[in-house]
Amino acid sequence: MSAPGTPGAPDRRTSPGRPGRPAHRKAPRPGRDDSPDRLYTVTGGRSRTHSDAFDLVTLVVAECDPTPGMQSEHAAILRMCDYPIAVVEIAAELGLPVGITRILLADLLDTGRISARHPRSAPESAQLPEPELLEQVLVGLRNL
Amino acid sequence: MASATSDATTGQAQEQAQVPAPRPAPDRTGGPRLSRTADNGLKIVIVGGFGVGKTTLVRSVSEIRPLNTEETMTRAGEAIDDLSEVSGKSSTTVAFDFGRISVDARTVLYLFGAPGQERFWFLWDRLFSGTLGAVVLVDTRRLADSWYAIDRLEHHGTPFVVARNDFGDDNHTDAQVREALDLPDHVPMVTCDARNRTSAKYVLITLVEHLHALSTTARESAQ
Ligand SMILES: Nc1nc2c(ncn2[C@@H]2O[C@H](COP(=O)(O)OP(=O)(O)OP(=O)(O)O)[C@@H](O)[C@H]2O)c(=O)[nH]1
Ligand SMILES: [Mg+2]
Repeated sequence: MSAPGTPGAPDRRTSPGRPGRPAHRKAPRPGRDDSPDRLYTVTGGRSRTHSDAFDLVTLVVAECDPTPGMQSEHAAILRMCDYPIAVVEIAAELGLPVGITRILLADLLDTGRISARHPRSAPESAQLPEPELLEQVLVGLRNL
Repeated sequence: MASATSDATTGQAQEQAQVPAPRPAPDRTGGPRLSRTADNGLKIVIVGGFGVGKTTLVRSVSEIRPLNTEETMTRAGEAIDDLSEVSGKSSTTVAFDFGRISVDARTVLYLFGAPGQERFWFLWDRLFSGTLGAVVLVDTRRLADSWYAIDRLEHHGTPFVVARNDFGDDNHTDAQVREALDLPDHVPMVTCDARNRTSAKYVLITLVEHLHALSTTARESAQ
């Protein structure tokens, strides 16, 4: 492996830009090897509805308890949302891809069973957050 | 370990002083639940080549054991939320892990560890739009692994810092590393040991201080 700065060392400017990496090994994890058929069943075959409203870090709170006969994934979500919890945590706990989790959440939101606290900065805005928010984050980090 | 409800110690959350004090029971993720008043999720992405220490860094500062999840997308870069597409070979999957830090009673910071390979960037807009900023974690023995990530962050206009993860046989000067990464002077670079909580915390503080400086400058020049 050549050191940076030495003759012939790799350099980002002159590289093709996309160093090929060996395909990465990932041990199969529970819930990850779901067949498309099972995922289809989970969502009733629905595609995107209002699921785009959910950011990875939108915080979800249950507005009711699970009821008998409710789809098991919906019931599981309601149980984990007694305290606020982010969409990405729900996906990880369910062992389902984020996109599928968003569809399930949209079902619950549409029927008033959950509420959603979206990130305050609009996701589309490329703008930097206010210095005040960043100062709050710095205080939190320094207190870790 | 930071507590979601220990904001009194930050001196920052006066307006949330009425937050109930009892610390909630641990949830299934093995960490504290969020405060009931949590309502603003923030994102920071740790990106770098395979085995560079992303998960280790997240674990060092997270209040929960790092969890992982995935998103599925078509080759065209569309996240899959129409299940008819999952069955085709046109789909591929990107896995990432994450941890979290409760900043105060309302604000919670999520840290995402993500491989910087090409297919990951198809999902950037879908998953990581609105990200505060990124840490590019580099192993100086394999600097080329981070070129692509730096290119993409520059392309997306996402502010970032570079953290050299110290694997013990790192003899390069900062200038050499900057040169090899073609890193502009204004981008902060720090050395860290991702296994060490204080060191990992310092990396995040460096990033947020950088963001703060950029934000303050942007605001001043807008006036
Ligand atoms: N010496 C040293 N070892 C480290 C450091 N950070 C991580 N490691 C070790 O490097 C190995 C890989 O670390 P991970 O955190 O799994 O790396 P990663 O980037 O998440 O890896 P992938 O997700 O597989 O791409 C582990 O054995 C860590 O203990 C460091 O700062 N110094
Ligand atoms: Mg990892």
